[in-house]
Amino acid sequence: MALVTNVTSFGRSGLADFVLQRVSGVLLGLYGLCLAGFFAATPNVDHAALVGFLDSLTMKVFTTLAVVALAMHAWIGMWTVGTDYIRRHHFGRRHTVYLAAYQVVCLGAIFVYVLWPLSVVWQVSGS
Amino acid sequence: MKINIYRFDPDKDESPRMEEMEIDLPEGRDLMVLDVLELLKAKDPSIAYRRSCREGVCGSDGINMNGRNGLACITPISEAASRGKLTLRPLPGLPVVRDLVVDMTQFYRQYEKITPWLVNDTPPPAQERLQMPEDREKLNGLYECILCACCSTACPSFWWNPDKFVGPAGLLQAYRFLADSRDTATAERLAALEDPFSVFRCRGIMNCVSVCPKGLNPTRAIGKIRSMLLSQGI
Repeated sequence: MALVTNVTSFGRSGLADFVLQRVSGVLLGLYGLCLAGFFAATPNVDHAALVGFLDSLTMKVFTTLAVVALAMHAWIGMWTVGTDYIRRHHFGRRHTVYLAAYQVVCLGAIFVYVLWPLSVVWQVSGS
Repeated sequence: MKINIYRFDPDKDESPRMEEMEIDLPEGRDLMVLDVLELLKAKDPSIAYRRSCREGVCGSDGINMNGRNGLACITPISEAASRGKLTLRPLPGLPVVRDLVVDMTQFYRQYEKITPWLVNDTPPPAQERLQMPEDREKLNGLYECILCACCSTACPSFWWNPDKFVGPAGLLQAYRFLADSRDTATAERLAALEDPFSVFRCRGIMNCVSVCPKGLNPTRAIGKIRSMLLSQGI
């Protein structure tokens, strides 16, 4: 159990996870504001407008940071939920197996949710 | 008055059950829940619960009354009952020994983890270790905890990880020693709390503050421990 609960925690310490979750939260908040500003200032949001928005190196880097922050934030949150609910009390002796399976599924989903937007963003070219 | 009381005797019962009992309350008096338990016990001597001081000092009679943890001896019926009904259960999240008596081992194990005594490696003075009044003031709101477990057993994080999360009662006491100017083990105490569970499993829902029969604020103490960990870590 200790292997699954401690080794798979993101920062291996509660303090590191706590700080990472808050820093990533702030970054996501800023990115959200940026997106909100774009949607508010763009009367007709179509493909060309989105390409124009993401075309600059600054926005590509900012989006990459936001996606990585989202992945870290999500993993810390999902890890916490898993270690809260997938307990021996509810799942019996094999709870460690279920917890490991849950974590693999979460990691797989997060991996896809990182690769997919990044592959889209870095392929964007307005020229 | 109708009382629903949790009954479980592991020697006789296969599983717990709720038993409905009825008692006549004396008119013109607002009894405490502990008095009601005494009346119930007079009717059925097999009912088991803990009690001692009957004035909110010993912390023995922590139970769950209509879904809310508290001390039976200082909770008036008028406050605990709803629409003339009162449901009494053991403190949630701890194994039941019998009826309203719970096994507090896990709770005390967490308390033990925080080294609940003053550590000072300097030579002891002739009389006592002195403290400035302003330093002593920092212990107010911390030392008054009577370890009744009402807070920890109202905390979902403690229900889910009672073996890893110290719980609000233990953390209030952890901060009591971290805040003590006479204690010299601050770094060691903080290092022992830095893992992902001991402190950081607190989600700040403040059930502990809501149920503490002494009006203490474990959530604030937990926040102070986090601030100390942050200051030390940065």
